[in-house]
Amino acid sequence: MSRPAPAGGVAVEASGWGWRHHGRGAWAVRGLDLRIGPGERVLLLGASGAGKSTLVQALAGVLGGADEGEEEGRLRVGGADAAAARGAAGLVLQDPDSQVVLSRVGDDVAFGCENLGVPRWEIGARVADALRLVGLDLPLRHPTSALSGGQKQRLALAGALAMRPRLLLLDEPTANLDPDGVVEVRDAVDRVTRATGATLVVIEHRVETWWDLVDRVLVLDPGAGLLADGRPGEVMREHGDALAAGGVWVPGRHPVAPARTGAPGSTLVRTQDLAVGRAGAVVRSGIGLAVRAGECVALTGPNGAGKSTLGLTLAGLIPPVAGAVDAAALADGLDPAPIRWRSRDLLTRIGVVFQQPEHQFVAATVRDELAVGARALGLADTETDRRVGELLERLRLGRLARANPFTLSGGEKRRLSVATALVTRPRLLLLDEPTFGQDARTWTELVSLLAALLDEGAAVLAATHDAPLVQALADTEVRMPRAADEPLAVAAP
Amino acid sequence: MTALETAVDDRIVHRINPVAKLAAAAVLGIVLVLSIDAVSAGVALALEALLLPFAGVGPRRLLARTWPVLVAAPLGAITIVLYGRPSGETYLRFLLVEVSDGSIALAVATLLRVLAIGLPAVVLFLTVDPTDLADGLAQVLHIPSRFVVGALGGLRLVSLFAEDWRMLELARRARGVGDGGRIRRFAGQAFALLVLSIRRGSKLATAMEARGFGGPARRTWARESVFGRREWALVLIAVLVATAAVTAAVATGSWNFIGAV
Repeated sequence: MSRPAPAGGVAVEASGWGWRHHGRGAWAVRGLDLRIGPGERVLLLGASGAGKSTLVQALAGVLGGADEGEEEGRLRVGGADAAAARGAAGLVLQDPDSQVVLSRVGDDVAFGCENLGVPRWEIGARVADALRLVGLDLPLRHPTSALSGGQKQRLALAGALAMRPRLLLLDEPTANLDPDGVVEVRDAVDRVTRATGATLVVIEHRVETWWDLVDRVLVLDPGAGLLADGRPGEVMREHGDALAAGGVWVPGRHPVAPARTGAPGSTLVRTQDLAVGRAGAVVRSGIGLAVRAGECVALTGPNGAGKSTLGLTLAGLIPPVAGAVDAAALADGLDPAPIRWRSRDLLTRIGVVFQQPEHQFVAATVRDELAVGARALGLADTETDRRVGELLERLRLGRLARANPFTLSGGEKRRLSVATALVTRPRLLLLDEPTFGQDARTWTELVSLLAALLDEGAAVLAATHDAPLVQALADTEVRMPRAADEPLAVAAP
Repeated sequence: MTALETAVDDRIVHRINPVAKLAAAAVLGIVLVLSIDAVSAGVALALEALLLPFAGVGPRRLLARTWPVLVAAPLGAITIVLYGRPSGETYLRFLLVEVSDGSIALAVATLLRVLAIGLPAVVLFLTVDPTDLADGLAQVLHIPSRFVVGALGGLRLVSLFAEDWRMLELARRARGVGDGGRIRRFAGQAFALLVLSIRRGSKLATAMEARGFGGPARRTWARESVFGRREWALVLIAVLVATAAVTAAVATGSWNFIGAV
């Protein structure tokens, strides 16, 4: 079977282009003039809210018509109006779970071809080519629900690829992946662009991933066209500071971790021969670890190793499959096992920050959301107001006090979810992937907040893939290997 | 060249076009609601029981999936014994309860009927893959692809709801609002799940549109949905079962058109 010659890339042109979402006062993008040549590989940067995703979705033709927003100027892909060219560009988005359409790998890759009206005899060949190019060596019937995050993103890439796009658009494709997944996706994109010659536009906060692969960097200015345009090195030299301030992870300019003053104290929680799992199925057994006051323990290891399950078990949210969690030092007269505590008793003892902030929001406004824990504790209104006000200010949420938590940006949601746990001053704080998908600015804020908590004597346990976070904060790293029978590796990072 | 295949399992039952299974279940269902008598339903149920070993479903799975029908049918029957329209000899009377020849006969007929309609429907659909059903609905029955494929995409999100619901529950315990107030908490959680699913849905819609869904091209189908001999055979079996049931009922004089006693 022979693959057709690479179709090559296509040019992208914007002249005075702008877009304002329906019902918004400000333009998401405005006055944009640019030309991207066929086959160029471009990294698109800009502060949060600069309109990067809007531009990419417009190029993919999925922004919608006049009822979705107002457009001005021209945006062309390969000389044709971008809005009319849906399907000409391939788009891969951030969330691996929301991009899988069908339940079998082969069918999912074929989905785009079907929509484009590719004849049946040709679809099979395209699917096989696309899967090979992204390195997904799986049976066509393999269930998509059984894929890892990195595999799902490569599946999405294959699905886009099978449409033979001459423009490939990636919107934070690796933000939700573990380090292995990041490398998988990056390498697949590299192979794909080499093989097809397609034009590439990629958005990502963690610039280093794409540094060697792109030959041009564009920086969007919120509502005012382009801030910078040039070769990666040039742009970073001239605009590095501004980019870092806007949340971009500028290579060689990683945020500095604050100095820590406290030292670990007495043990708050310990386990011995603990087995954790869900619905009776053991994910990992033989877990022995301890968390001390003022200590930051990082739980690391690949997806599926059981980090989240262990965290939820330690937090007293799911029962251990075998063994016990001994939190006698926190119990204060209650049973030593947190799973036996009432929900209200957890508040001052163990706080939890979930991986998806949306899961833990229960109120209609940011202010009420923060007050939930305090009210459940039965604190006086004046004390509640004081604590809420303090956190609103400390986490820059003050101007959002009356906003609905679900309408916040990713970084704001993360800050709010941490704040909701802090309001009751728990002595142990558990966080599940707190820095997933966060820009450098939110990252820095989180790290300094956690450092301050640790200095005040609270303990922090974070399940994370984020190596800089481990370096910045962890006193102890507990590494969970993928194989369930391999023992945990406990060490100073 | 690799052809995209339908169905996960190679056994024939799994490969029969879901549209045929839909048709077979419909034939039995429609014919059996036309009369409420024990004979037609009993004959149908007996014949179905003979066919059960060929349904491609093991006894364990069968029991696990059909238990709602197996529980609901007798419960319904008991209610009818107690409260059904009385006729003939009365055996027991207490307040509104009246157990009579008529109510017992009606209860038996209903019990058999619920089983005779419900069991094959459940069993046939146990071996249906949603993707194959969508292929069949669009290609065989020519239902608009936008509707069928859109629903199929949405169906995939359902599996994510269960995990979302679990996390919502755990998070409420962690937030100190997990004690008591079950009903109120349920309402709040249901609302949060709704918000989450709308957000997921709109993300999925964007991803689908980016892959050309809803575009101007005439959609093609990677998997051909065939309605051939084995599909007609299945429908024929259903027709034969229904015919046997009706014939037996008419022959024994127990056929009563839609309860026209």
